[in-house]
Amino acid sequence: MSIIIENLTHIYNPSSPFETVALDNINVEIKAGEFIGLIGHTGSGKSTLTQHLNGLLKPTSGKIIINGFDITKKDVKLREIRQKVGLVFQYPEHQLFEETIYKDIAFGPINLGLSEEEVDYRVKDSMELVGLNFDAVKDRSPFELSGGQRRRVAIAGVLAMRPEVLILDEPTAGLDPKGRDEILDQIKMLHGKYKMTIILVSHSMEDIARLVDRIIVMHRGAVALTGEPRDVFKNVELLENIGLAVPQITYLMKKLKALGKPVRDDVLTIEEAKLEIQNWLRSK
Amino acid sequence: MLRDITIGQYYPVDSIIHRLDPRVKIIATFIYITALFIVEHFFAYGYVLLFLAAAIALSKVPLKFMLRGLKPLFLIILLTFGINMFMTKGEVIYQLGPLDITKEGVLQAVFMGTRLVLLIIGTSILTLTTSPIQLTDGIEKLLNPFKRFGVPAHELAMMMTIALRFIPTLLEETDKIMKAQMARGADFESGNIINRAKSLVPLLVPLFISAFRRADELAMAMESRCYRGGENRTRMKELSYHRRDMVAAFFIAALLTAVTMDRLM
Repeated sequence: MSIIIENLTHIYNPSSPFETVALDNINVEIKAGEFIGLIGHTGSGKSTLTQHLNGLLKPTSGKIIINGFDITKKDVKLREIRQKVGLVFQYPEHQLFEETIYKDIAFGPINLGLSEEEVDYRVKDSMELVGLNFDAVKDRSPFELSGGQRRRVAIAGVLAMRPEVLILDEPTAGLDPKGRDEILDQIKMLHGKYKMTIILVSHSMEDIARLVDRIIVMHRGAVALTGEPRDVFKNVELLENIGLAVPQITYLMKKLKALGKPVRDDVLTIEEAKLEIQNWLRSK
Repeated sequence: MLRDITIGQYYPVDSIIHRLDPRVKIIATFIYITALFIVEHFFAYGYVLLFLAAAIALSKVPLKFMLRGLKPLFLIILLTFGINMFMTKGEVIYQLGPLDITKEGVLQAVFMGTRLVLLIIGTSILTLTTSPIQLTDGIEKLLNPFKRFGVPAHELAMMMTIALRFIPTLLEETDKIMKAQMARGADFESGNIINRAKSLVPLLVPLFISAFRRADELAMAMESRCYRGGENRTRMKELSYHRRDMVAAFFIAALLTAVTMDRLM
């Protein structure tokens, strides 16, 4: 599933005093199977952009071409697009509504008009994908679960649609460190094992640096920067100017380098930094 | 779709109508409604229309924005129009199956329809030009004299402030939940009435849960800032009357007089 965004512009409340240009002439290409990190400070247009990708918002102008089909045309079947492009909103556990977890996850597949067996199979499968025990929790109310588990139910609800592209808007916001790591590991697995195209919106530069193939930096509704994490995080000043940062460990390595130590300063993860520092100490 | 609802929405520009004392605007709105119901002949709508046009022009709120407020109420207007047209007895001018359209009916329908449209636009000026805080300040002040009869003026005003404050929040929340369910293939727009009502369950359940959660959080936040009702509270902005308020009072009184005279004569 490749996604091509051409000259995409979106204006909220046009011709009223509340008019805001949320997206300003965006041009982005996402290849099938890529893991994209979308970063930008609050209000930079990340959420607006993601909502365009499955037709929830219509662009004011511009095109979005998914697998060769322009989804901004009038005659597209939105349901098909929404099946192929799964969108997990911020705090997705706030959308749970059914009496049982099983029913809630089955909501999407049932909307797709699938047979009972297929629905059953998909619910089981997607619960497994997010690490929920089918027999133990399927008949429980989603409101009995902990925050982290509720979030997994919500993500399973989207996965049960069998999307080829999965967009996650800050999937780890408000979770404890353990819950966060588990969810991120599962996302990583979906990308690695199932070859899903993933777009991860996050405010954690560490998570982004550790996981993604390519970063898209948004600022004031436009793409400010795009490239591999190592290249993007070289632009410390630019990132800081638009309210972002680079991973903590990168700052540390930069400081060491500034002190004249023989280490690389384009290090992004703690593992890398460990090796680098070991090499330096050994060479002394 | 939900963004089209303008009732209770403030339109922030600076105009003489915006600067009027909220008490004057609230009372004027009540008098305006009264005047609208006193009107008996089409001719007298002329006064109301004139008053309304002047108020809209002075308010600097684009007419288009005000008319948008009519959209969600279109069905009610249409229903009123239909009922009046078919249910009034008199000279039959056209037969539609078992239903008779009478001349009196058509006139009555147009008359009622006009009244409803003027009512909606007129009252929306109040909320469009008065911020929710000013509005509730005005209501509290107006209710103050009734305190000695046990009317909890401050509490009522606070309840209204909170309710108004949460309209946009809940609309936003609805929009978000709707989108989230649509992303899971939910369909809110097609199907018959029963299916459509059923399709609202995935929207309403999360909405209620979040409304209760928000209410809880707000109560906690207010209590942790020592809120204990209206006793001894002072305010940052005291309301006071100016010359423009007198002028406004004069004009609304003139409107009431004009329509009353028209009816009596």
